[in-house]
Amino acid sequence: MTLDTVAVAQTTPENAQPFAELGLKPDEYARIKEILGRRPTSSELAMYSVMWSEHCSYKSSKVHLKQFGEKAPKSDALLVGIGENAGVVDVGQGYAVTFKIESHNHPSFVEPYQGAATGVGGIVRDILTMGARPIAVMDPLRFGPADAPDTRRVLPGIVAGVGGYGNCLGLPNIGGEVTFDETYIGNPLVNALCVGVMKHSDIKLAKAAGAGNLVVLYGAKTGGDGIGGVSVLASETFGAGGSTKRPSVQVGDPFVEKVLIECSLEIFAEDLVVGIQDLGGAGLSCATSELASGGSGGMKVALDKVPLRDPSLSPEEILMSESQERMCAIVEPNKIERFLEICKKWDVTVTVIGEVTDGDRLEITWNGEVIVNVPPRTVAHEGPVYNRPLAQPAYIDQVNSQKVNVPMPTTAAEIKAAVLKLAGAPNLADKSWVTAQYDKYVQGNTIQAQPDDSGMVRLDETTHLGVAISTDANANWSYLNPYQGAKLALAEAARNIATAGARPLAVTNCLNFGSPEDPGVMWQFAESVRGLADGCLEMGLPVTGGNVSFYNQTGSVAILPTPVIGVLGVIQDVRKRTPMSFKVAGLELFLLGDTEEDLAGSEWAFLHGVRVGQSPDADLAREMRLIELLLEGNAFFAAAHDLSQGGLSAGLTEMVLRHNIGATVSLANPAIDLLSETPGRVIVAIDASKTSALEALATKYNIAISKLGTTGGESLTINESVIPLTQLRATHTSTFPRLFG
Amino acid sequence: MRVGVITFPGTLDDRDAARAVVAGGAEAVSLWHADADLKNVDAVILPGGFSYGDYLRCGAISRFAPVMNLVIEAAGKGMPVLGICNGFQVLCESHLLPGALTRNSDLHFLCKDQEIEIVNNTTAWTSSYKPGEKIVIPLKNGEGSFQCDDETLAKLEDEGRVIARYVGQNPNGSRNLIAGITNERGNVVGLMPHPEHAIDELTGPTAQGLGFFTSILNAMVK
Repeated sequence: MTLDTVAVAQTTPENAQPFAELGLKPDEYARIKEILGRRPTSSELAMYSVMWSEHCSYKSSKVHLKQFGEKAPKSDALLVGIGENAGVVDVGQGYAVTFKIESHNHPSFVEPYQGAATGVGGIVRDILTMGARPIAVMDPLRFGPADAPDTRRVLPGIVAGVGGYGNCLGLPNIGGEVTFDETYIGNPLVNALCVGVMKHSDIKLAKAAGAGNLVVLYGAKTGGDGIGGVSVLASETFGAGGSTKRPSVQVGDPFVEKVLIECSLEIFAEDLVVGIQDLGGAGLSCATSELASGGSGGMKVALDKVPLRDPSLSPEEILMSESQERMCAIVEPNKIERFLEICKKWDVTVTVIGEVTDGDRLEITWNGEVIVNVPPRTVAHEGPVYNRPLAQPAYIDQVNSQKVNVPMPTTAAEIKAAVLKLAGAPNLADKSWVTAQYDKYVQGNTIQAQPDDSGMVRLDETTHLGVAISTDANANWSYLNPYQGAKLALAEAARNIATAGARPLAVTNCLNFGSPEDPGVMWQFAESVRGLADGCLEMGLPVTGGNVSFYNQTGSVAILPTPVIGVLGVIQDVRKRTPMSFKVAGLELFLLGDTEEDLAGSEWAFLHGVRVGQSPDADLAREMRLIELLLEGNAFFAAAHDLSQGGLSAGLTEMVLRHNIGATVSLANPAIDLLSETPGRVIVAIDASKTSALEALATKYNIAISKLGTTGGESLTINESVIPLTQLRATHTSTFPRLFG
Repeated sequence: MRVGVITFPGTLDDRDAARAVVAGGAEAVSLWHADADLKNVDAVILPGGFSYGDYLRCGAISRFAPVMNLVIEAAGKGMPVLGICNGFQVLCESHLLPGALTRNSDLHFLCKDQEIEIVNNTTAWTSSYKPGEKIVIPLKNGEGSFQCDDETLAKLEDEGRVIARYVGQNPNGSRNLIAGITNERGNVVGLMPHPEHAIDELTGPTAQGLGFFTSILNAMVK
């Protein structure tokens, strides 16, 4: 095959090019020709196709996502906002924390282990790229029905992949979610969050400034894996037939990444880089064009210098390869010697592949011949933007107008059966089968992990400063009302942090939706973004970054709208956190917040196959008062636990089983009290002597309070229903082993 | 008293081990796998992790790191050596300890709070415990099932060289519930669970792992 150089492209304008196979639309291809004033070379076409993919360019979501900037609340905490590899927030004492969630949904369906593993690897490199030491990961996961044969294929592989990669990197896994719904059967969601810490002065950005500075590629050699991962895999709907697209999934090597992390941190510590970018989606195409765009625009790269695992790769394939564990740095010439020395110490392959130039063109050569000559901004940032049609889908009015009609327990035996049914339901059952495959202890700073309300890690052993993170989504509510659903997920994540005594500070998100080409899905997306942006403004929490995953649908069936919201908070002294459960008998249990008849979107309704009605309205002003109450009450709470999916029934189950201390509770209206999922509620346990202090707080913050009962005994007793802890535990813990071995 | 903590490429629990050494009252000294001297340390810890990515077999490549020649030599002269998890695997590959660690019987990585019984408190690393003392420390590994031939097992048992056993259900299929063993001299100890992750109740399930790190101080003072 002859090399398609710029010179060749200029003389062969009519050559047919496979733009459609690469995922580009005819008008997009026309625009590339317009930008370049000629047809693109095959290498340029490769670059544009991956960078203008939905996954990289956010072309369908951009017009909506800008609300996060427009509605951004004033925040002194935000050091680096949306647009960089990850947002950075100030957490005090000179520390900055960076955190972000990304999706790796499509690859994980095709190849569960590697898809999930490289999902973790990718987000960890994003955090590293900011200059931070990664300190923890979390993984919100969603699957098809728990008993579906394909879930048995996908779930064990994904869990093993998340664990296999994260464990080998030495990153504690401090939380996540495991949720099942039939809409995820062909589209499991693998969202991975990473958090990292650094000093303010160590923040690194993706920019290639300073003519003469060197472009350095280091880490793993480039192979043929993951070619077209962002365009072919992540930006299309899976058809019923067709190829499995397995070659588009990347293959990870966590050992190489671990070494890359330590090597990079040593390089950062000696201040040897001007700019840095990891190679993730769209590989070198992304790294070179984004780095060049971040500077003056000029860069020259000799692509033939890229070290290859497979010497037969063509220039186009090298540009599109998503081989893992690679980084691209901009280094001043007088620092390159030391840079190479550190790479040698860690046995990391390193190659100078180019330099920053004065101009504003990204020029890539292959054995001396120019194969790419483009304005890098047009590749990285000035891709197509679509204002896609959106329309409220017909189902909304239909489901909203219906009442939830499910059997409600009345007798003592029925109440006991309902509590046990929820305790063993796959969405609420004990997740130890999953979390026992993750190392939560490594690094020695984990304060909280699953099944706590949030994950919490210590940042400083001397001052005891820490951060807490929770990720939440309630796709049932988002289905009924995407605007409220996003707000409710935000509130829940913030509450999950505040129960431990951490103050919410910043937000990240991973927005998982069906095809943007479906106006109904696009409406769900637009409403979710509007809800999240409004919610963040009201709660004063800046969005620091996020990720959009579209095309999560099989044929015409889209997944439930699933905006996963991550909230990060700060706790000044991790030793003083409020635990999620009680360790002694004789404490008083109170419920904070009113309970309404909120069965729409509840787990109880889900278990009866009902997804109708109206989601609750998020009352964020009340949520904020509740958060302040929790932060103040932290001084004397023995335990605090958020109520969400499964309501009071699930909340009590989780608390009594945590330390095997039972509780006796009396409820006026047990069916609704137990099964309703009214948002903004928390169970707190206190010593009886603190009752008046708690009541005073409830009055001060205008939060409803009601006495539930007391802790102690060997059963969970609700009115006349006595549920022995042994029976409750057996039900709660047997579901996953029964389903997954 | 100086306790060396070796970092191989892919080692993960080195900083945790160093923290535990300090909590135990000694000075922690970082050793790099390529180091040509042991920096005058009085004892050495091989921490957990995935050295060399567990390529080939767990510990099989680390065994050939330059620093291991020095460790093998020093161990022969009686220097206390503790291998935790991957460190235990390296000690087996180095033939400082007999047997091998194989894949957990359920084939999953397993992270849990594990009760173990200290059955030999005469080694350099276990003297702070009472014989028969039960402690809870994290177990976290994918290849933690201790295996050896019948003859070796009989020898380990007869000579009292099993230093710790799992209590309750066998978590990984280890023969005779073995969680840790020592060499004939009692200076080299391999342990699958992680005492360095149980030095305070804030970050670990208990503080009961600290005894391994105070033991070494006692051993030196004697």
